[in-house]
Amino acid sequence: MKLAICAGPATTGKTAVLRHIIRKLQDSGQRVAFLKIDVQYAEEDEQFAREFGIPTRKVYSGELCPDHCNVMVLGDALQWARKAESDVLLVETAGLCLRCSPYVDGGLGLIVLEATSGMNLPLKVGPMLSLADVAVVTKIDRVSQAEREVFRARIQDVAPGVRIREVNALYGIGIDPLVDHIRAQADAEESMLLRGNPPVGTCTICVGKKEIGWQSHFGVVRALDNQTFYRGE
Amino acid sequence: MIDTITILTGFGRSGELEAVPRIDLKMGDVVSIVGPTGSGKTTFINDIELFADANTPTGRRILINGERPPVEYRDDPARNPIALITQHTTFLSDLPVNEFLHTHARIRITNLAERETAIERTLSFANQLTGEPIALESRMTELSGGQTRALLIADATIICNTPIVLLDEVENAGIHRTRALELLRQYRKIFIFVTHDPRIALLSDYRIVMQRGRITQVLHTDAEERQLASVVSRLDDILSSLRDKIRLGERLTSLELEGVA
Ligand SMILES: Nc1nc2c(ncn2[C@@H]2O[C@H](COP(=O)(O)OP(=O)(O)O)[C@@H](O)[C@H]2O)c(=O)[nH]1
Ligand SMILES: Nc1ncnc2c1ncn2[C@@H]1O[C@H](COP(=O)(O)OP(=O)(O)O)[C@@H](O)[C@H]1O
Ligand SMILES: [Mg+2]
Ligand SMILES: [Mg+2]
Ligand SMILES: [Zn+2]
Repeated sequence: MKLAICAGPATTGKTAVLRHIIRKLQDSGQRVAFLKIDVQYAEEDEQFAREFGIPTRKVYSGELCPDHCNVMVLGDALQWARKAESDVLLVETAGLCLRCSPYVDGGLGLIVLEATSGMNLPLKVGPMLSLADVAVVTKIDRVSQAEREVFRARIQDVAPGVRIREVNALYGIGIDPLVDHIRAQADAEESMLLRGNPPVGTCTICVGKKEIGWQSHFGVVRALDNQTFYRGE
Repeated sequence: MIDTITILTGFGRSGELEAVPRIDLKMGDVVSIVGPTGSGKTTFINDIELFADANTPTGRRILINGERPPVEYRDDPARNPIALITQHTTFLSDLPVNEFLHTHARIRITNLAERETAIERTLSFANQLTGEPIALESRMTELSGGQTRALLIADATIICNTPIVLLDEVENAGIHRTRALELLRQYRKIFIFVTHDPRIALLSDYRIVMQRGRITQVLHTDAEERQLASVVSRLDDILSSLRDKIRLGERLTSLELEGVA
């Protein structure tokens, strides 16, 4: 089973992009599962379950940072998606930490940025951009070609190794290369690591324990099925 | 080298096939796209710029030199043979003009020496089209609609300097349109103008007529129209001179219309 994690600021078009990706994966006979991670409100899981009839889940991170929540619940989520016999697990997350990355080694990391956001956004999103595999630029229909190209250059300046894909997520233009990236991804391993180096902090993730799954962490943790709970040692 | 661009046509909003199966444009061709508002003119040139491959709502496909365009055209702006001047009259970009142009030149122009002079030439081109000159230090977001369009036209012509240029309704831009046409025509390129302007339409080799999202006709400029072209240009010049005088706070006299009325 393949894993792709899609992060990005609110309203950049993550859900719109994923909707086209799911449709194309389904058309080619792939079974998709979807997990949405948000702070306090989300309905993407219900939408996608209705539109595509696929297994979906959501988890509210509440007082946890969504990136940390992702680390906690992803182990369970992979098991859940495997049990549902999915070929691809897609995760949508707000990626609010801006210090940690929302991506894991062994999964495709997609950041969704909007061409309308202003030229400094690429400088502000930290590891969410620099540790991504692909930067998806949406809303190219709303800006001139020149602005689109300068926005691309600003991304490249911050993250020279990241592939840039421009899309119009209203009409699904430019989605095929993203689907190809997911197809080319190796299957997710049983145990995986959070990408990058978290900043110094007080939680087990912030202090650098990068193992995916709450079972590897202590203090305030989160399982996919439960509210946050304390796991002491 | 780009010699031709081909549009394999698709279908209109109601699913009806377009009136011609394909359109082939050769280097040096000047073509207009005409049709009522909402008829799909912008969509047509967007399809070209996106190198549509039956993956847009129109089902059109674009070939360059008879073949599917290589992916580098989209991945590397320095190799993209198309410059599109959209209808946008505002920039969302929060950069100073100088930095914007430098950044764009950096990714569009690989030759360093050319890059430096390109910025100056772009600014001087743009300032020939606007009433109020653009300063390199101004912020992009402060530019007026006309200044924005002027800068985009100049940027496309000099910084992009591509063999194919697509222009969406330049006449509505509040710029010196006649001057823009003169400047643009110094370059040998494929020009596609979306336009309502008889002067631009008559200076084209042919015009593509759109309705309800589909091409309904391709009209070649005929001998009679070619003869009309010079009169249309004269009328147009008279009207622009009237416009300029009004702008500058001058009075109009009956002398202006001599030979017309
Ligand atoms: N014009 C335009 N609008 C878009 C595009 N992508 C997304 N949107 C719109 O942006 C809004 C937010 O998109 P959504 O996918 O919900 O963003 P998310 O919060 O990142 O999941 C919606 O109204 C979308 O229709 C695009 O490429 N072009
Ligand atoms: N062939 C087509 N099939 C479906 N929708 C189309 C087609 N051509 C145009 N449209 C839609 O029609 C609307 C108006 O088109 P647009 O290109 O903006 O018109 P114009 O530039 O002539 O005013 C747009 O929403 C566009 O997406
Ligand atoms: Mg969303
Ligand atoms: Mg239009
Ligand atoms: Zn963090």
